[in-house]
Amino acid sequence: MGSLNIENVKKAFGPVEVLKGINLEVTDGEFVVFVGPSGCGKSTLLRVIAGLEDSTSGRVVIDGADVSATPPAKRGIAMVFQTYALYPHLTVKNNMGLGLKQAGTPATEIDRRIGIASSMLSLEPYLARRPAELSGGQRQRVAIGRAVVREPKLFLFDEPLSNLDAALRVNTRLEIAQLHRRLKATMIYVTHDQVEAMTLADKIVVLNAGKIEQIGGPMELYNAPANEFVAGFIGSPKMNFVDGARLGETAKTIGVRPEHLTVDAKSGAWKGTVVHAEHLGADTNLYLDCEKAGLITVRIFGVYNAEPGATLYATPDPAKTYRFGADGKVLK
Amino acid sequence: MSTATHSLPRTIGAHAVLLTYTVIALFPVIIVIMNSFKSRAGIFGAPLTPPTPKTFDLIGYTTVIGQGDFIHYFQNSLVVTVASLFFVLLFGAMAAFALSEYRFRGNSLMGLYLALGIMIPIRLGTVAILQLMVASGLVNTLTALILVYTAQGLPLAVFILSEFMKQVSDDLKNAGRIDGLSEYTIFFRLVLPLVRPSMATVAVFTMIPIWNDLWFPLILAPSEETKTVTLGAQLFLGQFVTNWNAILAALSLAIMPVLILYVIFSRQLIRGITSGAVK
Repeated sequence: MGSLNIENVKKAFGPVEVLKGINLEVTDGEFVVFVGPSGCGKSTLLRVIAGLEDSTSGRVVIDGADVSATPPAKRGIAMVFQTYALYPHLTVKNNMGLGLKQAGTPATEIDRRIGIASSMLSLEPYLARRPAELSGGQRQRVAIGRAVVREPKLFLFDEPLSNLDAALRVNTRLEIAQLHRRLKATMIYVTHDQVEAMTLADKIVVLNAGKIEQIGGPMELYNAPANEFVAGFIGSPKMNFVDGARLGETAKTIGVRPEHLTVDAKSGAWKGTVVHAEHLGADTNLYLDCEKAGLITVRIFGVYNAEPGATLYATPDPAKTYRFGADGKVLK
Repeated sequence: MSTATHSLPRTIGAHAVLLTYTVIALFPVIIVIMNSFKSRAGIFGAPLTPPTPKTFDLIGYTTVIGQGDFIHYFQNSLVVTVASLFFVLLFGAMAAFALSEYRFRGNSLMGLYLALGIMIPIRLGTVAILQLMVASGLVNTLTALILVYTAQGLPLAVFILSEFMKQVSDDLKNAGRIDGLSEYTIFFRLVLPLVRPSMATVAVFTMIPIWNDLWFPLILAPSEETKTVTLGAQLFLGQFVTNWNAILAALSLAIMPVLILYVIFSRQLIRGITSGAVK
């Protein structure tokens, strides 16, 4: 009931090519996250799917029907925006019901669906209020509720958590995950935050400069990144990249995640000086300036006492070291 | 007493500047209203003193109401101002929405063309306008005035409103599109309420020159039927004798409606209903 096919979609604004031929297949019930740095085209791609932007070429197919020429309201989609985009002059109830009313749904059906959505999102006490009388988290729940009542084939989320503070973000993230499990609907979610991508997605699409770099499950991207960009983008703190020539390797670049390095005070592969230490309680991030590898980050689980200026040896785990060629691709 | 955010000398200084400006701005208006309640001898004897029991006289007002058809002139002025204002705001907002919302070829050129009228006074085209009105048989009708004033007010309205419309959240308009609202509904129900404060600003800027205008009523609609208040007041301005009582009374009366409209719009300037829609 909610599959999506994107076939060779290109989008150009004047001479600027924002999407350079995107091919993607989303099966029914999947939670797909588009992730990438700002300006990579992920929001544009979402808007092309929604029909808010026409693609320059290519096809968008929802549920087997080509919707490239269908207006947004007729595509069977619902969208949640970063800025909530609630109608300021309508109450919460009317905000949620407007789309259905426009489509000519009977009033009893609208009430039934609003009832279900508002209990799902615990919005019942606020149905008579206007958006101005709600907090940020409540507004975003209303925006999600407005999407839910439409019972769409496809949910589109455009960075829905960016305007919320850190604590609310975690809560709302959880709510979206539960919503997906309950509705079993197809959802497409755009974010620049790789943590959101990793925690929510069944499938992550990493975009960069208008092209798809890699598609895969969260662990697949973490364990087997296809290229240097994906390796650097997924995982926090970022993967360390060391010039292969400095280590006497044939590969152009060697990559090791901070958590796949071990440190020792006496011996190891790379000798370095501690530049800075971040103590987070559950883990400790050390920044080491190594003679051979340059500035690298090491993540140690638990508490580790190291003062800036101390000398430490870092050793990469050879089984979890990535080798990248000159074109940025992983060498097998 | 000085605190972190207030210092007494600075407060006094700021108020002194503001009060001086207020006095300068209000002075002519006060003089006009004061003298309109005085007898002719009172006006010329001591123009700067308020009316005393000796100089108090309502002769100006009785002349204005008794002579000429002043109620009718008021009506004409009001019809012309309100109708022009309505069209300026409607068409100005529509043009501004198109310019700010849709990407089309020649968009910025069109914006420049529509704003050009700010720099070129419409009075330069008076002769051509008169010929046009004669040819279309609109001389001595209020329609002629409404058309001219609408044209006169549009450039500024388009210019100001398109700037404000660019600030209206794209997400909100897109949410409307996904909910199946037509572009007209999006414009009238979502965008217009959000730019209401700027509409009020434009309304004030547009309204006052129209109400006060003497030029076009004199040229395009000088007949008794279509006279506006400013033109009607000329009745008392003779070549040899000027009835100052009547003129001052007429002007005092003419201030009232425009003041009322101003108060209505300035309420809108303060009210901000955008809060809660986005962020």
